[in-house]
Amino acid sequence: MSLTPDDVQRIAHLARIEISAAESAQTREQLNAILAFVEQLQAVDTTGIVPMAHAVDVVQRLREDRVTETDRRDDFMAIAPESEAGLYLVPKVIE
Amino acid sequence: MINSSLRELSAALAQKKISSVELTTLFLDRIEQHNPTLNAFITVDRERALGLARAADAKLGAGETAPPLTGIPLAHKDIFCTRGLRTTCGSKMLANFISPYDAHVVERMNDAGMVLLGKCNMDEFAMGSSNETSYFGPVKNPWDTARVPGGSSGGSAAEIAARLVPAATGTDTGGSIRQPAALCGLTGLKPTYGVVSRYGMIAFASSLDQGGPMAKSAEDCALLLNAMAGFDARDSTSLDRPAEDYTRDLDKPLDGLRIGLPKEFFGAGMSEGVRAAVEGALAEYRRLGATTVEISLPNSGLSVPAYYVIAPAEASSNLARFDGVRYGHRAAEYRDLIEMYEKTRAEGFGAEVKRRILIGTYVLSHGYYDAYYLKAQQVRRLIAADFQEAFKSCDVIMGPTAPSVAFKFGEKSADPVEMYLSDIYTIAVNLAGLPGMSIPCGFEQGLPVGLQLIAPWFAEAKMLGVAHRYQQATDWHTRMPEGWQ
Repeated sequence: MSLTPDDVQRIAHLARIEISAAESAQTREQLNAILAFVEQLQAVDTTGIVPMAHAVDVVQRLREDRVTETDRRDDFMAIAPESEAGLYLVPKVIE
Repeated sequence: MINSSLRELSAALAQKKISSVELTTLFLDRIEQHNPTLNAFITVDRERALGLARAADAKLGAGETAPPLTGIPLAHKDIFCTRGLRTTCGSKMLANFISPYDAHVVERMNDAGMVLLGKCNMDEFAMGSSNETSYFGPVKNPWDTARVPGGSSGGSAAEIAARLVPAATGTDTGGSIRQPAALCGLTGLKPTYGVVSRYGMIAFASSLDQGGPMAKSAEDCALLLNAMAGFDARDSTSLDRPAEDYTRDLDKPLDGLRIGLPKEFFGAGMSEGVRAAVEGALAEYRRLGATTVEISLPNSGLSVPAYYVIAPAEASSNLARFDGVRYGHRAAEYRDLIEMYEKTRAEGFGAEVKRRILIGTYVLSHGYYDAYYLKAQQVRRLIAADFQEAFKSCDVIMGPTAPSVAFKFGEKSADPVEMYLSDIYTIAVNLAGLPGMSIPCGFEQGLPVGLQLIAPWFAEAKMLGVAHRYQQATDWHTRMPEGWQ
């Protein structure tokens, strides 16, 4: 199967990446080439094979619920593109 | 001094034959002289380095026992966060990012007393095999500046090859330590998944990413890994195991060693020069007392396609954090929040990173998850199981690291899939979580060839010993490219 121009725009929107009309054709061609390449996986019989999510089987560690970090809010806010009074600023989302 | 091993540098510092400030100045001057040609460093901080060197000299002079790497210069791949020193990950997205904290690996190397000179150029977000995707421009291969150094840890590789630094860190998600080590004539090691903490190492594909050392020899890598490895509660997949001395098997004889040669790695696809050099190395191993046995990794041919589903899927999730809100680049003009995200990410990411995010988003999207992502994870288990079966009849696996020597700029960059096949021999190792390394084993038309070693989980010390014995009997690893004296 191969992606249509609409598919590419839909995926780009899901990924929150703007793709201009000029880039769209080449992007589609390259994504289709990659998908055609990975298509060979479909020929493998994987009946009953448990998916392998991780290289090493580990279980999530739990720790005691106590404060382990110091308050470094100012350091973290200082590197934000736009902030005010300890808050991150973004365009208005609620009218 | 620029060709000395870490052990030799350590002894020279301990015996006061040279101070850390002198050694650091020597390498900083070399960087100043040669980096404009190689573009291997993104950031160099001379004052910071000299400050660390003075502190190291104080420790060395205080009479107390300083850790063995105290005072030796080091460079970090620019994927490791360094507090107060710019960390770009080779991307416009982080071109001005100053991390408020250090990566665990950075803390460990600081604790070891090593002197950080600067941050190494790399493919953007570690996505690439040639260093051509860096926002800061490609790194040149010191063996031939018309050719790529490999990637993604290409800056680390090029600067060690040109002797601008004695050692560097790298990361390896699908071959990003081993392939540039091969193309630049170095020794590089990717540890077992979970041995080196990922805390503060900017995430690409979290189930595959692993940091490791790059240097001139296996002995150097063993010493570096001693400093780098260790449990870290801040990485949820860090393994809580007793500390190891990775130098412990360096002098172990090879008698009785069984080397497995996967028939799938010795078919068509490798250049004749690479084949000749690898065969030569295997002959040397037989002389040293090892035996070779043919093995099969029947599903290894599926590793590149499985990887190009799994790695982009994980990347699309990991890189969602770059949204222009909390740190990094933000677009200058936008009408609303969605447009802010879309323009920020369109401007901040380069073409290859966008391609992988889009592929990852697609394979995880509704209706395609089972067909692509789950399928690739099932194939991953088949690939990993092949290795477990193979290690029943051998102690270590060997083959080429890369199918060819360093290629020319632009040769593969027009076709993403062609570039992906540069990692055809290395990717399976990441999927299985095994330790692997590349060591120099010869040349093809003046360009270095790498021999890949693959070992069972947690057999780094043994693998380093196998590499070290070869390096005691041969001198490929001591060769230095011309023109960087």
